[in-house]
Amino acid sequence: MRVQLLHRDRDIAVEPELRDEVFEAMLDGELFALANIRRRRERAKEPAVPPLPPRYAELAQDLELDTLWGAMAGGDEFLLETARRVVLSSLRDRDEIAYRQDVLADCLAQRDLVARLYELAMEALEADRKVGTLWHNAGPAAILRRSVQVLELQVGVLERLREVAEQHAGDVRSEGLSRFFAMVRDELNDDYLHSVEDHLRRLQFKRGLLQSAELGQGDKGRNYVVRTPPDAHWTQYLPFVNRTPGLSFTIPPRDESGFKALDELRDRGINHVADAVGRSADHVKHFFAMLRLELAFYLSCVNLHEQLEARGEPTCRPEPADLGRGALAAAGLYDVCLTFHLEDRVVGNDLDADGRSLVMITGANQGGKSTLLRSLGLAQLMMQCGMFVGAEAFGADVCTGVFTHYKREEDAALEGGKLDEELRRMSAIADAIAPGAMLLCNESFASTNEREGSEIARQVVRAMLDRQIRVVFVTHMYDLAHGFHEQGLAHALFLRPERRPDGQRTFRLLEGEPLPTSFGEESYRRIFGVPAAPALSCADGPAAGRDRARRPDRGRGPRGPSRW
Amino acid sequence: MTTSDGLRPDLASTNGAGPHDAPFTSVLFVGRDALDAVDGVEPPEFFADLHLDQVLEALTRGRRRYALEPFFFVALHDADAVAYRHEVQRDLERPAVRELVARFAQAMQRMRDQLDQAGELHHPLQQQSWFVDAVATYCEAVELLCRDLTAAGPSSRALRGLGRHVAGYTMSKQFRLLAAEVDQLKQAFGEIRYALQISGARVTVSGYAGEPDYSAQVEATFAKFAQGAPRSYLTTIHDLADMDHVETQVLERVARIYPQPFAQRTDFCDRHRDYLDATIARFDREVQFYLGYLDLVQRVRETGLAFCYPRLSGRSKRIAARETFDLALADKLVADGRALVVNDFELDGPERMFVVSGPNNGGKTTFARTFGQVHYLASLGLLVPGRAARLFLADRIFTHFEREEDIETLRGKFEDELVRVHAILERATSSSIVVMNESFGSTSLNDARLVGTAVMQQILDLGALGVYVTFVEEIASLSDATVSMVSQVVPDDPAQRTFKVVRQPADGRAYAWAIAEKYGLSYERLMGRVGA
Repeated sequence: MRVQLLHRDRDIAVEPELRDEVFEAMLDGELFALANIRRRRERAKEPAVPPLPPRYAELAQDLELDTLWGAMAGGDEFLLETARRVVLSSLRDRDEIAYRQDVLADCLAQRDLVARLYELAMEALEADRKVGTLWHNAGPAAILRRSVQVLELQVGVLERLREVAEQHAGDVRSEGLSRFFAMVRDELNDDYLHSVEDHLRRLQFKRGLLQSAELGQGDKGRNYVVRTPPDAHWTQYLPFVNRTPGLSFTIPPRDESGFKALDELRDRGINHVADAVGRSADHVKHFFAMLRLELAFYLSCVNLHEQLEARGEPTCRPEPADLGRGALAAAGLYDVCLTFHLEDRVVGNDLDADGRSLVMITGANQGGKSTLLRSLGLAQLMMQCGMFVGAEAFGADVCTGVFTHYKREEDAALEGGKLDEELRRMSAIADAIAPGAMLLCNESFASTNEREGSEIARQVVRAMLDRQIRVVFVTHMYDLAHGFHEQGLAHALFLRPERRPDGQRTFRLLEGEPLPTSFGEESYRRIFGVPAAPALSCADGPAAGRDRARRPDRGRGPRGPSRW
Repeated sequence: MTTSDGLRPDLASTNGAGPHDAPFTSVLFVGRDALDAVDGVEPPEFFADLHLDQVLEALTRGRRRYALEPFFFVALHDADAVAYRHEVQRDLERPAVRELVARFAQAMQRMRDQLDQAGELHHPLQQQSWFVDAVATYCEAVELLCRDLTAAGPSSRALRGLGRHVAGYTMSKQFRLLAAEVDQLKQAFGEIRYALQISGARVTVSGYAGEPDYSAQVEATFAKFAQGAPRSYLTTIHDLADMDHVETQVLERVARIYPQPFAQRTDFCDRHRDYLDATIARFDREVQFYLGYLDLVQRVRETGLAFCYPRLSGRSKRIAARETFDLALADKLVADGRALVVNDFELDGPERMFVVSGPNNGGKTTFARTFGQVHYLASLGLLVPGRAARLFLADRIFTHFEREEDIETLRGKFEDELVRVHAILERATSSSIVVMNESFGSTSLNDARLVGTAVMQQILDLGALGVYVTFVEEIASLSDATVSMVSQVVPDDPAQRTFKVVRQPADGRAYAWAIAEKYGLSYERLMGRVGA
């Protein structure tokens, strides 16, 4: 019995680095495991949520994934941890994506059904707690009794799960849910449920215990195996099957150590029965744990969908293309995370970068460059985990991985080490990235002067492109953007912010060659209230293009290219 | 104890020589010499000074039972005795030989554990069972040793002698009978199956009639839910070797149900009380001397340090060693994963004494200790630290290391040192090795120079070999018999050169190139890295 609602042919699979203790606890189905881990971490003065592995931490930071996951979770810790892992574990195959998209479509259409299945899974997982925990040194007999009780509760849920499957088989269209319901009906048929109940009754051993044994080291009995109780075994009715006459002895009534020894002897065989029953209860629990975990992803998608719907934001089922097609196009693409920070609807962008492996975005700050970059990364990630996308339409190649390289603002104190830090991060990307990936650069190598920065960037971008990696590069470095434009590459697309004739910004990006000045100058003037001065219009003044022009210590006054 | 007679300058030529058909007795000593003179010997005086106690500790770890220490306290003074041990080590350095000996040792250990167990139990049936196990282990071990030795074809006199002994023994009628009986008993007992019906206070023991395994049935029923490796619900039932009275009652009934094998076993145990062969038992102990040392050697070798078979002479004082080191220190550093500095030394012509001076913490004491260690290890017939070594087989080794303990006054300490040095010079001969470490270090320079020079002159007059560590540099140039050695400060890490600042014309692009190159981010480097 496999749930397999996330993959056609396997259970939930997350990237190896994301299989941490939290994920193991989620697979395990212990209801309080996450809370326990969190409390333990808090006591140890560690961050309550274990930090992501470096590569994913950067991706999450740059694309503001915490906002996305927060919206998906709706305050539920378990949904949050599920969303984090599934979103970061991109699928690599169009079919796999479609499989999830189909299940998600069912879930969006049958929200009550998803909730009902999730409740059933939770109820089954609660069986453990209802029965209570064992003494620390409980023996096999106590373990057996407890496991039988847990199984009895679980079997009750299994019966109800079958009812749900029977009722709703006709309401779902996706391959995933149809198969799941069919499996539940087939596997949990009446015969099966009867045989389960029969075992639960027999496991009381009301008529004594029969076990076989051998002589081991030092003539100690070994390999104690409980044999099928005689009352249930048909051979006892046959006259010719007869055990050799036994030699009996009886423990005298006051021999306490004798009875203790007898219990120990029973425990030898019971041990394996208790193990078998305990593991059986765990098997059933794990089935429900898997059901809960896989449904948690769809539930979190439904959560996000409802919130976007409430804000009137469109969503679409993206169209993944096979890797190598070079597809990348969007209509009304917006930043799903940004919507949660704004009152109004966000501005969507149209983009047609089909066949363009390099997208270079230049131009004024506050012009929507970073937003477009983030929207693209988000859309790509969401598409590749089977989600809907924040756009009216979106289509792109299935890539082998999304990587981000953003200029970092922190650690300003380490002025000399900033370029080193950027280079180190890019070097780490080079170790992890593979052909067919997508690399999103935001003002990369801007921590040094423009000549140096653009030279380094040129080398990196050329190599990435030649290794079939799609690069989307936001930069104010004219030297870099202009250089690529001059080459007249057919595979390059140059975008810059739209400006209406009246000078108003639209936050839309249009195709256009890089312009020698960035509009940071204007931002500077606006915020500082500085009148236009010829000195600021200097063609290659990089100071005019800093992103955070609002910060008073930056972009103040005219400055030529810094020289070493 | 004087210089050994009949010492040959080059031991390599004696390899493989010696009587081939003398009965084998020991893997450590040639013939019957020194066989019984070992146990009860005390460690030599210099043992702790040279940190040989640490080496011994390292190699006897996990081997306490063999009482190997005395073997380590008796130096050899005869070239052939050394060669005899070198041969064994060369054999044991072959993985095949090493493994066969280790397998045998493990089996013998298991056998002893089984005998101990038999001795600790009270029920006679249980004692018999463990005894039979011990004999079975022994028979297997000996037969395997015999087969393995034949297959491995050792070349040392000792292991070939052992091979002949074991071959003869395993062919003997007495051994064949023992092995056959054990096999038969093991088989008969292995086939015993019985059933236990427990109903209330009543236990019924009977033969087993083939009823199906109930756990398996339960498990099969729920197998369809399996989602990977489940946790175990098995309770660890601590199995005492002993039995309670319910178990013995069951066992006695099983014995009545299967009377024949039980009767056979009682008889067997009576007849084979003294089954162990003395020579084989002795080999089992003695070979651990080598295994312990070779384990240590292997650990240290894995870090890239070398060991070699030294050429030993009791006459020529032309000695040399390349890339040698303090074995005790190496063992410690290996455990910490740290690297060790190796040293070379050489004495030629009239040279007799190394005089080591130089900055503190520069490895002077370690050098002195190394010198003493390699010579003592060589005299035990062992591999020595170093890539190559030509060493002196001394009659005695003397050391004088500054003592840690408090003596009330400096004067008292100085005098105490003088007493000890005097005692050394009384006993040392021209064939001795003398290692003096910071002697008189606690006195004034003038005193130290005066006394140090005098003491050194006496050592030189003797013609002994050795090391003299001192802060008195004049001693280094006392005569042409002294060789000055100076400890160095640790040379800079060559990798640090990459931080060198070189004056160059300002060129941002060149710097960008350089820094991109440094991080492997130039076009060419990236093409090699990505998707490669």
